[in-house]
Formats: sequence, C-alpha cells, structure tokens
Amino acid sequence: MENQKHISMPVRYGINTTLIVLFLIMGYVLTSSGFTNRAQTSLILQIGIYIILAVSLNVATGYLGQLPLGHAGFMAVGAYSCGIFWKSSLASALPTPISIFLGLVVAGIVAAIFGVLIGIPALRLKGDYLAIITLGFGEIIRVAIINLPSITGGTPGLLGIPKHSNFIVVYLCVVFTIVAIHMMMKSRHGRAILSIRENEIAAESCGINTTYYKVMAFAFSAFFAGIAGGLYAGFQGLLVPKSFDFMASINILVMVVLGGMGSMIGSVIAATVLTALPLLLQSFNTYRMIIYSLLLIIVMIFKPSGLMGMYDFSLSRILERILNRDFPWKKKKGDEVNV
Amino acid sequence: MLFISQLLNGLQLGSIYALVALGYSMVYGIIMLLNFAHGDIIMIGGYIALFSIASGVHPALAVVMAIVGCMLLAMLIEKAAYKPLRSAPRISLLITAIGVSMLLQNVAQLLFGAGARSFPSSSIINAQNLSFGGIQISITAIVTIIVTIISMLVLTFLVQKTKMGKAMRAVSEDLGAAQLMGINVNHVVSFTFAVGAALAGIGAILYCCRYPLVSPTMGSLLGLKAFVAAVLGGIGSIPGAMVGGLAIGLAEVLVTAVGLSAWTDGVVFAILIIVLTFRPTGFFGRSMMEKV
Repeated sequence: MENQKHISMPVRYGINTTLIVLFLIMGYVLTSSGFTNRAQTSLILQIGIYIILAVSLNVATGYLGQLPLGHAGFMAVGAYSCGIFWKSSLASALPTPISIFLGLVVAGIVAAIFGVLIGIPALRLKGDYLAIITLGFGEIIRVAIINLPSITGGTPGLLGIPKHSNFIVVYLCVVFTIVAIHMMMKSRHGRAILSIRENEIAAESCGINTTYYKVMAFAFSAFFAGIAGGLYAGFQGLLVPKSFDFMASINILVMVVLGGMGSMIGSVIAATVLTALPLLLQSFNTYRMIIYSLLLIIVMIFKPSGLMGMYDFSLSRILERILNRDFPWKKKKGDEVNV
Repeated sequence: MLFISQLLNGLQLGSIYALVALGYSMVYGIIMLLNFAHGDIIMIGGYIALFSIASGVHPALAVVMAIVGCMLLAMLIEKAAYKPLRSAPRISLLITAIGVSMLLQNVAQLLFGAGARSFPSSSIINAQNLSFGGIQISITAIVTIIVTIISMLVLTFLVQKTKMGKAMRAVSEDLGAAQLMGINVNHVVSFTFAVGAALAGIGAILYCCRYPLVSPTMGSLLGLKAFVAAVLGGIGSIPGAMVGGLAIGLAEVLVTAVGLSAWTDGVVFAILIIVLTFRPTGFFGRSMMEKV
C-alpha cells in the first residue's frame, strides 16, 4: 500500500483547531444572542459538565480497568473547593476571568490530591476491594461535608456561589479535558496504563511500575472530576451534599459503561444522550432510573464492552479513508484493519 | 449500667450485620461476585413481611413468607442476571449487580412509594423491656442475638456436615475442578444464593424490629455496612463475617455513645479503609496469589 494518501500532522491539527474554534463561536453566538432559551442553555452546560465527568471516569474505568465507585466524591471535593474559592474571591480585587481560572485549577488540584490520598491505599488492592474502598471514600466525603457546616454549609448547603459557568468556560474545559486525556493516552504513559488494564502481571514483568501508573491515572481522573465539580458549583450557584451521593457516582458510571469502557466518543455520546433525555422527556423521569438499571443489565449481558466498545472516533482517519476510497464495505479478505 | 445496655445494643446491631454479611461472603466465596443487590433483597423482605401482616396473615407465617420470598427472589436474580455472565470479566458482573440493585430500589419506589412505612414490629416480638436493678434490657436485642446464634449454628452444620455444604466448599475452592468431579455447579450456586437470601430475610425481620420503618432505600446503607463487615472479617469466610459484623455493630454504637452519631457512617468506612490498608484480606481472609 505505497500509494496511500496521508493527511500530515500539521493539517490534522489545523482541521481540529478550526472545528473547535468554529464550534466555540457557533455555541457562543447561539447561547448569548437569545436563540436558545434559558432551559436549553442550562441543558447545554449540564451536558458539558457530564461529558467531563464521564470522560474523566473513563480514564480509571475504561483505560485503567478499575471500577471506582466514588467519582461523585472527587466531584464534591472540587465543587466545594471551587465554590469556596469563588465566594471568597468575590470580595477581593481579582479580575473575574482570573478568578474563574484559579478556582477551577484549585478544584482540580484539590481533587487530584484526594485522588492520590485515596489511590495509595486503594490501588494496592484488586478490583472489588478497590470498588468498595472508593465507595467508602465517597461516603466519607459526603458525611464530612454534612458535618463541617462552618466550612461547607452543612446539609442546607453552600449558598451564594457566583454563577461563573457560562458556555465559554464550560466549553473550554470540555475541550481541555478531552484533549489532555487524549494526549495522555497516546503517550507512553497512556500505553503503560492500557497495558495494566490488559494484564497487570505481564505489565509489571515488562518493567512498568504499576502502582505509580495506577495512582497517576487515578489522580488524573480525579483532577478532571474536580474541574467538573467546580463548573457544577458555578452552574448551580449552590451546593448541597445530597447531590454527591452514591447514586451520583452510579449515574456517571452508567454513562461510561453504556458508551463503552475505553471509548472516549462513547462516553461523550452517552453523557450527552443520558443528560438530555430526562430533561427533554419529562414523563420519562418517573421511569428513568428503572430504564437505566435495565439498560445496564442488558448491555452487560449482551454487549459487555458497551455500545461503542473500544472504538475511538478520529476525523482524520475517516478523511483519509475517503481520500483513499477505502471504505469498510469494500474491505478485501486478508486486509484486516485494526480499529 | 449504661455500658451493659450499650454493649447489648451493639451486639444486636452487630448480629444483624453479621447475618447480612454472611450472604455477601458466601456468594463471593463461590462466584467471586460482590452481590450489590443483597441489601435490596432485605428491603423486599421487609415489604413482604409488612404487607402480609397488614393483610391479616399470622406474624409467624409472615416471617416465613418473607424468608421464602427473599430466597425465591435471590434465585431468580441469579438465574436471570448473573448466570449469563459467569464466564464474563468480573467488572461486568459487578456492574450487573449494581444494575440489579438499582432496579430493585426503583421498582420498589414505583410500587410502594418513596416514603417510609412503619413496620408493626410489636406483632412479631411483643415484650416489654426487662429491668434488672436499673439496667434496661431490651427483649428485642436478646431475641436478635439468640436468633443469630441459632442461624450461625445451623449454617455451620449445613456447610460442614451436609453433602450440599461439601459441594459448596468444593466449588468455592475451584469451580472448574468441582464441575469435573460431577458437582452440579448451577445447583450449588443457586443454593448458595438461596441460603444467603434466607439469612438476609431473617436479618430483614430483625432489622425491622429494631428500626420499625420500611423504605425502598433501607437496604442500601444496611447492605453497604454489612458488606464492610464481610470485607473486614475476610470475605469468603463464615467466622470472619460474624466477627466483622459484631465489630462494625460495636464500633457504631461506640461512636454514637461518644456523641458523634452524625459521623457513624464515615467511621465505618474509615475503619474499612484502615483495615484494608494494613491487612488487605481482612481478619480471616485467605490471601490469594494470582497465577500467571
């Protein structure tokens, strides 16, 4: 296959950057010109936040192959630290954009620190124990939030957080998350993480420091969950501990599992659909959790890898195929393409 | 004075946890599955007892109905949801179990309403508290502890002395080898789920006698704590589940007695994390080396 046409890397980056910027402008114009009403705008923001959550959980579940059940705990840590930061920065002379940026960075870093703290004991353990220890961690965070009202506002919640999460902030965070996770997974660190998923013992005997990479992936996952939490704080304007319970973690897990563990496009699609559906179909809401749980069981029985499996979307790959007139339905025998 | 009644309190709570923990432990020992739905089976047991007493069934019969109902439900869940996945990766099985748990909770919420209903505990155990020179002794606590001890003895007999128990032990040792020796693995797994669920049914009645409220989510936290107890004792080990359950129950009562009742749930999970950090297999767990 010498005469294959390839798209060179700079052109690929060019195409992707153009699309990102175009989408940003389009979204900004639509949301700020009053074309979308309030409900639609808030739906778009929520979808963005859930995309970050699902994609970040996918790092630990899909790529690392563990099953953390406390993702909402990391989100809570991020949300509260960001909310407190933004609230206190209202009084200071900090310009708003800088305060937004710093708040999100603080949210991510605090969540990542918690990720490392929980990761070190948890990741010495295997699968089920890890699931339960992260679940326990999520509960501890929630109990701590309820019982420290002087810092977190306790059960009534943390009120009066400035509503900083507009379309541009959320959109940039989504892009940053996806690009950062994509780049990490393409790097040698990403390959090390994938090798742990495939076979931990084999990875270890190839000289990969499994504990280090597990903690790293965990912290990475927590970092972005923290950012999503910060955005959530700025979206809601108030935080109550109830929104970070076990069900919230499961909600995110459902997105990752349905979309396909290890597929970023799967997480994005599942997060979009599952966030939009309940808001679009009000009557659906009564049966929402029943349908979710049935879906979860059915998908696990009939297609355990999720709807998208491990497929990852690549625009350049599709363009190259079109350039080369190489379509899947024209595939010849003995010409297996690894997707 | 206070100490003795608190101790009794802790033993009562711990016994309930131990009963529920056994269900987790046995199922895990056999098919390496964290049965998240176990806690919700307890909830269904509570509802069965509640409705049958409300419709005029004799309380003793209601208790039996609750236990049998739990057993049938657990066997149905095993056949419908877990059996197709027996050779699938463990993570799929775990996610399915979470799905089943969510399904039970939400179906119960749809059918019975989200609110809690009061449980007629006095029709099952109807006795005043005894008082010995100022010490209040709750009859419910005594009954709970005695019922638990009897259940444990029966279970130990079942596992150690009967043919089915022998088959269970063989399957938990090596499923493949047991199958080759002519043991019907499907029967053994079903039987294990049924036994675990029967213990959960007993636990459900005892739990409802202590906290006379039934709600669709009552099983989730109880189940989680019982699971913590099972892990603490060493999952897959029957004496471990008993010790773990009592430890969690006593720790919880202790934390409440010190005046930090709001922190109870946090403390339970903190104990879990600390124990697992230093003894990843719990008190009585076998350490398993993964073979390449």
